[in-house]
Amino acid sequence: MATLTRQQIASAAAKQGILIAFALFMIAFAFANPKFIGLDNLSSVVRSSAILGVMALGVTFVVISGNLDLSVGSMMSFSTVVVLDLHDKIGPALAIPAMFAMTLALGALIGLLVGYLKLNSLIVTLGMLSAIHGLTLSYSGGKNMDIADKAGTWFSVFGQGSALGVPMPILIFAGLAALLGVMLSKTPFGRKVYAVGGNATAATFSGVPRARTVFTCYLLSAACVAVAALIQASRSMGAQNTVGQGLELEVLAAVILGGASLMGGSGTIFKTVVGVLILGFIQNGLLLMGLQFYVQFVVTWVIIILAVWLDIAAKRGKLWSRIA
Amino acid sequence: MHKGRLSAALKKGAIWGFIVIELIFFSIAGEYLSLSGKAFMDYDNMLLLLKQSAPIGIIAMGMSLVMINGNIDLSVGAIFAIAAIVLLDSMTWPIFSGLGDWVIPAAWLLALAAGTALGALNGLIVWKTGVDAFIVTLGAMLGYRGIVFMFNGENPTSHLNWTLVDMAEAQFLGIHTPTWFLLGVTLAIWFVMTQTVHGRNAAAIGDNREAAVNAGIRVGPHMMINFALIGFLAALSAVVFYSESGSVNPNDGRLYELWVITAVVLGGARISGGSGSAIGALGGVIAIQLLRKGLGHIGVDTSTVNLVIGLILIAVLILDRQLNVKGKGELRV
Repeated sequence: MATLTRQQIASAAAKQGILIAFALFMIAFAFANPKFIGLDNLSSVVRSSAILGVMALGVTFVVISGNLDLSVGSMMSFSTVVVLDLHDKIGPALAIPAMFAMTLALGALIGLLVGYLKLNSLIVTLGMLSAIHGLTLSYSGGKNMDIADKAGTWFSVFGQGSALGVPMPILIFAGLAALLGVMLSKTPFGRKVYAVGGNATAATFSGVPRARTVFTCYLLSAACVAVAALIQASRSMGAQNTVGQGLELEVLAAVILGGASLMGGSGTIFKTVVGVLILGFIQNGLLLMGLQFYVQFVVTWVIIILAVWLDIAAKRGKLWSRIA
Repeated sequence: MHKGRLSAALKKGAIWGFIVIELIFFSIAGEYLSLSGKAFMDYDNMLLLLKQSAPIGIIAMGMSLVMINGNIDLSVGAIFAIAAIVLLDSMTWPIFSGLGDWVIPAAWLLALAAGTALGALNGLIVWKTGVDAFIVTLGAMLGYRGIVFMFNGENPTSHLNWTLVDMAEAQFLGIHTPTWFLLGVTLAIWFVMTQTVHGRNAAAIGDNREAAVNAGIRVGPHMMINFALIGFLAALSAVVFYSESGSVNPNDGRLYELWVITAVVLGGARISGGSGSAIGALGGVIAIQLLRKGLGHIGVDTSTVNLVIGLILIAVLILDRQLNVKGKGELRV
């Protein structure tokens, strides 16, 4: 084996830094409180992270393609409200596809604006955040949605059911992660996503259809939002209009923690899953330590900045920035 | 007139044209749809509108400076809430108990200092670590909001000081105190952006960072000053607003970053930096407030306001692109 220089070791450590930090973090918490790594606790953390996680999977595609999606939180509120409302009106078997269709239509609209019209994704999705929030309020009239007959419907299976002893949300999250992971790393479409995010001009000249690729990314993101809404609706069987408010930022935090660059062109589904789990376990670990619920936000802040900082520091080979 | 200048003039005037259209539309529609007998363009109504624009407007001035610099600040809503808590809570501190009404300037100073420090911290991180401002302030938005909640949980923090309320509700020359603050801040930021070296350097950095560096401009300090300034203005906005209301909810200021960015973009700023103006941002703020008030006036459900503003933001973006393409000729690959 060739001897590694210190720099190589440092850069390898920085590349896997987030995984190493995660492992250290888990070990420390496990020593502090043995309950932390009990199977019950692990399973409950993953289950409660599933909604955020499913949304983060879709946003990973969007971020790798070099764009942002700030509308997923308010889109999730919309889809949850819609599916709960339609559940009592047309039954779950029709409500679910109807909700998917509406969510995908919203995703298609964003994809059209960002992909084909080449508008700035930050502003477009900021506008859509506000617009979809308004749409939700108009749809529901501001009222909370509740399923009338909570015991007599099979709708609860997505959020509360389990198969082979594994809770359904975990199965959905894991299945979707595997599917999208393969899609991103093993298919031509996945490579197009990286190409478009890495260098849009070069991609265009190489014949990669930038607009269509970006469009598809937003469709995928919307589909993930619909799945997340399904889990959310099925778990709580009722929801406020603001159920997804603020989630867009937590989702983005998870994706960034996983190491995807906001400039596009880098990131993987696996890393995003790690990012989601880190957020979930931090929240859980701090609660088990008896700290206030809100401390997690401060810790998340520090961790996000440290993670991104170390990532770019490793790339430039210098800790401090070159900005004069 | 040169073609490029025409489109520039069009863009600069567009927001004011939009305001005029809004005024006409709501005045006419109000005649038929409004439940109240009052005209929309009632003098008091317009004064109130300016007053209500102040909290968002004061922050928007800072945002136009941060955005022309090529950065963005998502943490302003959280800084707003922290400054509000410092303002109201510090007035009850025992060390200030002997001060009488002199507690007011002390509390103001503390709140403003807190906001400036938090903004400067963002700026310092952006400068020294080289992490994108979007990520830094996104993190800060979570972190600062966490601090707000750690202070008093879900409970509101309240303290009413009647001298302060009287001051905030006062009208000088017929114009409310918050409006004076808004106008003053607009003027100050206009001055900074157009008449000072710092303002021109900030715009140069946002327009073309590499060229600015090559021209010998130090990027870091300018960015940090701008972040400190927007922190200061977010705190000032809180000081102006909570002097009157006297009670802050831990969720206050949420989505302010959104409203502020919307207003600034409506006013002609570009998210990629290098363009924008204080006067345009003021136009954007007024346009949004007109829309909220106007839709309420003609009896449209308030929830529709979000929908309309979101769509207008996107429409402006499309229009802006069209104008640019026509101004510069097709430059697409």
